[in-house]
Amino acid sequence: MPSLKDLRNRIASVKATQKITKAMQMVAAAKLRRAQEAAEAARPYAERMEAVLANLAVAFEGRDDAPKLMSGTGNDQVHLLVVATAERGLCGGFNSNIAKLARDRARSLIAAGKTVKIICVGKKGYDALKRELGHLVLKTIDLRSVKNVAFANADEIGREVLTMYENGEFDVCTLYYSTFKSVIAQEPTSQQLIPAQFDTGKAEADDSAVAVYEYEPDEGEILADLLPRNISVQIFRALLENAASEQGARMSAMDNATRNAGEMIDKLTITYNRQRQAQITTELIEIISGAEAL
Amino acid sequence: MAELFQFELVSPEHQLLSAHVAEVIVPGTEGEFGVLKDHAPVVSTINPGILKVRNDDGAWAEYFVRGGFAEVSSGVLSVLAEQAVPVSEISMDQLDQAIRNAEEDAADAKDDQARQKAEMTLAQLRDVVEALKKA
Repeated sequence: MPSLKDLRNRIASVKATQKITKAMQMVAAAKLRRAQEAAEAARPYAERMEAVLANLAVAFEGRDDAPKLMSGTGNDQVHLLVVATAERGLCGGFNSNIAKLARDRARSLIAAGKTVKIICVGKKGYDALKRELGHLVLKTIDLRSVKNVAFANADEIGREVLTMYENGEFDVCTLYYSTFKSVIAQEPTSQQLIPAQFDTGKAEADDSAVAVYEYEPDEGEILADLLPRNISVQIFRALLENAASEQGARMSAMDNATRNAGEMIDKLTITYNRQRQAQITTELIEIISGAEAL
Repeated sequence: MAELFQFELVSPEHQLLSAHVAEVIVPGTEGEFGVLKDHAPVVSTINPGILKVRNDDGAWAEYFVRGGFAEVSSGVLSVLAEQAVPVSEISMDQLDQAIRNAEEDAADAKDDQARQKAEMTLAQLRDVVEALKKA
């Protein structure tokens, strides 16, 4: 049975923890709003880009002179997985969910005899993957010093991926991140970056309504110019989605932790009061029986 | 009074401008081109340069844009630029200072990554200066 002093100490420590989790929850809520705004502000660009590319892609579908970024290298032997996670923990299942999706994919690829290479964006993803797949990780990109993700950060990653592709270091590139559905729901998502995939069906349906474009320079050159840019744009979008998801996940995780701490404090307080009462009763009995003995 | 059309200037981070304007001059890859109301649908990539916008009242606003493309469809002009900054927000002194800093950064960079980063900034800044001098 813990003594009264032990109980008092434990209550104090749980209270201190609760204060921290509560503060973290409020910080996450404030950051979430900002991250959500950033994700929303970036949406028009990515959507337009995709619409124009889808239009162009229809024209090039199945043609021999289609850019390599769209048609692929013709193999699918070497796969590159870009795993984007957070830099910090304490955000529920956020990091492990993304890592799990990527790990499952890597396992099935390895089982099928393919070569897998991994680039981690964010330290936590590497931490989660290193035990099993550490030898496959080419590099970890650290965004810890970056407070708000800027396009330049995504562009840097995009350029790196492109250089690797041009050097023939991989055939297929897939990006792993978490889509922000709501504060309580974030969905780990995989998206194939190279060869680029577009919703061409939609573009074709739209085509009848939209006038045919004049292209300057010609379609091929525009496509060749835009496809590499699109990689960076998609990565940027993924990073923003990730930032919003991370804060959402942290907010609900910390909300849970605060509630749990509250329950624990209630329980400990009851035990503490009971024990104090018992001690007082014992002392009284001792005094009374002592007085009676006289 | 000029006839107005919808113009949108978007960078990956946010939408800079969405307004009804009279005329826009876009620095296209194959030369500058002006866009007025009812322009034919066109898609063009853009060069680093100055994008000029004439408002309803005839005043010109200038933006520095770099990397991306312009699209006219159903009477709306959208310019998607990787970087877009109003010219009024850049001053030459600031730019010169920034270039000197970037050059120093590139010179004392300790590893490849830092050097690459510094060189990228430097190239961007030189683009801006060149574009401004032309204007």
